[in-house]
Amino acid sequence: MSQSTFTPIRNGQALPLKDVPELAFAEFREGVLQGGQRLACLCADAQLRVFAVLADDEGGTLRVGRTRLHKGRYASFTPRCPQAHLFEREMAEQYGIVPEGHPWLKPVRYHRPWTDGRGIWKDLEPAVTDFFRVEGAEIHEVAVGPVHAGVIEPGHFRFQCHGEMVFHLEIALGYQHRGLERALEGGPHPLSLKFAETAAGDTSIGHGWAHCQLLEGLAGLQVPARSQRVRGIALELERCANHTGDLGALAGDVGFLPTASFCGRIRGDWLNMTAELCGSRLGRDWLRPGGLRLDLEPEMIQALAARLERTWTDTANALELLWNSASVLNRFEAAGFVEPAQAREAGLVGIAARACGLERDVRRNHPYGPYGTHPVAPGMAESGNVHARAWVRWEDLQASHRYLAEAFEALADTAADPKPAGRLVLAPDSLGVSLTEGWRGEVLHLAVTDAQGHFARYKIVDPSFHNWFGLALALRGEQISDFPLCNKSFNLSYCGHDL
Amino acid sequence: MLQTLLSRWHQGHRTLPYPKEIPVLPERFRGLPRIDTTTCPERCHVCAEACPTEAIELDEKGPEIDLGRCLFCDQCVEACPKGAITFTRDHRLTTRERDHLVLSPDRELELAAQLDSEMMRLFGRSLKLRVVSAGGCNGCEVDVNVLGTLAWDLGRFGIQVVAAPRHADAVVVCGPVTANMELALKKTYEATPDPKLVIAVGACAIGGGPYYRQEEQLGGAGSCLPVDLYIPGCPPHPLTILDGLLRLLGKIN
Repeated sequence: MSQSTFTPIRNGQALPLKDVPELAFAEFREGVLQGGQRLACLCADAQLRVFAVLADDEGGTLRVGRTRLHKGRYASFTPRCPQAHLFEREMAEQYGIVPEGHPWLKPVRYHRPWTDGRGIWKDLEPAVTDFFRVEGAEIHEVAVGPVHAGVIEPGHFRFQCHGEMVFHLEIALGYQHRGLERALEGGPHPLSLKFAETAAGDTSIGHGWAHCQLLEGLAGLQVPARSQRVRGIALELERCANHTGDLGALAGDVGFLPTASFCGRIRGDWLNMTAELCGSRLGRDWLRPGGLRLDLEPEMIQALAARLERTWTDTANALELLWNSASVLNRFEAAGFVEPAQAREAGLVGIAARACGLERDVRRNHPYGPYGTHPVAPGMAESGNVHARAWVRWEDLQASHRYLAEAFEALADTAADPKPAGRLVLAPDSLGVSLTEGWRGEVLHLAVTDAQGHFARYKIVDPSFHNWFGLALALRGEQISDFPLCNKSFNLSYCGHDL
Repeated sequence: MLQTLLSRWHQGHRTLPYPKEIPVLPERFRGLPRIDTTTCPERCHVCAEACPTEAIELDEKGPEIDLGRCLFCDQCVEACPKGAITFTRDHRLTTRERDHLVLSPDRELELAAQLDSEMMRLFGRSLKLRVVSAGGCNGCEVDVNVLGTLAWDLGRFGIQVVAAPRHADAVVVCGPVTANMELALKKTYEATPDPKLVIAVGACAIGGGPYYRQEEQLGGAGSCLPVDLYIPGCPPHPLTILDGLLRLLGKIN
């Protein structure tokens, strides 16, 4: 197997770069194309080094490979490996690396190139670009955004329609680009964790944990088991808040108002539990490399355990109502279908993948933190439509509730861990990979350190980066009026994509 | 139908009694900082050095905290050996002027004043908001959105989020205003009929937030629009946002 040229790595591990041999480009290419693996990350740096992380989710292994380009161009992977399409566009935009033969080579975030003089595109304006067009006398084009009608983030959507029916949707993002990866270079510095937490604010714990775990790997820090369990509480509370909010919003999008209004409130109850434990509804500044900034006190856990059950009863009550409504199910089942084969080819992760029967959950496949000893069963469905994505959330919620109830019980009479020390010394010339299962799906952070142990390259892959194309696929052949419903069923992050 | 009614009965009436009663915020909530300089050793800079966004400046009177830059992250509190800075549970943080956000040991925060009489006549009983997300992390949007849920029920104060700038009286800005959103934000503002207000929600919209050094952003709403209300926080608690809106409309003081 050619994939064996790639080096095995555990989730959260860091390897000295000398232990990750620099492959000849042809070897690297074969490793990516032949393995049949999921491409979790493909990125470059200013020295034209290229790194890839391949995941064998069923086998539970991760592998990393690296190579160096001597010229700024190579034969694109995308024609044979569609899941590389956006990564290749990203490398082209950041470092002017040309993937020759890429079928749709365009900017991703519409920013200036990161290396002077090597840019492919000049004077970029967001979404000012050629869009894929369907030609024909009766075809019309619908353009939406960047500013949308609700309290939501900016993005531009271009639909090719015949009457109500959508032939094709192309999504142009980049409006939220604020330079996170470049800001992390040279770190870690005092804002690094904040940058991670704000990669996608609704996934503060998912990204914050990935960042902490990456630093722990690079610094050789062990996190105490109790602190890991508390991090699990933080992550599952985040999942519960977001899933509850999404299911309520899905109910709202099909006009089923009781569940919509109940869930809007209950989502707040979940967020307020996080605030009770760390002071912030989004879990800001709760984690820190090495452990936690704030541990839980025993009396706090008792109060929270009772509150958890009340909130869970309300959540289950609101959602059972949803599942017992024939009109809701009818709308959910008839919209937003993605074929499992396409989901696999596009490299979808998280909810969107599991709704197509692909068991992709970092907690299960590449366990980290508490999830090796306290496994969580990922929500699964098969039909690939809006209903499946809603159902996965419901099963996830049930599993998260079980995790939380067990964790509160187990932690009630154990002493809090000491606060971890502040300063970290990272291993120089090393490569670390850290994955967590945020509520949308896989969050990946990768760092390469320089000779001084500073970040030479810091790469963040939000699950939305993999999944936006899934939304485009879900719209094919659908009515344009179902766009809000389909969009909400993915509920992807703009800022997580744009960084 | 029966199940819907039973469920309705189970879920009960949950709209908060605010502003008649103030909801109790968690013990660990970090609201308005309090500065006590009595124990500050001379020439001590640890709080200012610990602050990741340079929100703290020191003069002879002691530390001054710029709430517009503060991320409420607690690093100054942890660094200070004397406990000179503490975060209280006070959620009231909003001001009408940018420089009012600078908190010093000898000055109370000057909270947002009511609109003038002409603006009150126009907006006092009906204020329509157009929210523009201009960079940032979507955290502020989360907490603005929450105000629309039945727990907060923003509509009972005559305030409503609308879908088009043409229908709006105020543009609410979240995020540091990325270069890529500058044009869209300006166009939204121009499309909003006069007279109009601009409300900056969160540290990003006030001064760039954690991204204040990044060239990809402009440093907040004030970089291109005249701001009428500043709501600090990262993100602000929904109660802080609502407090600011109601102060503007003279519904609380």
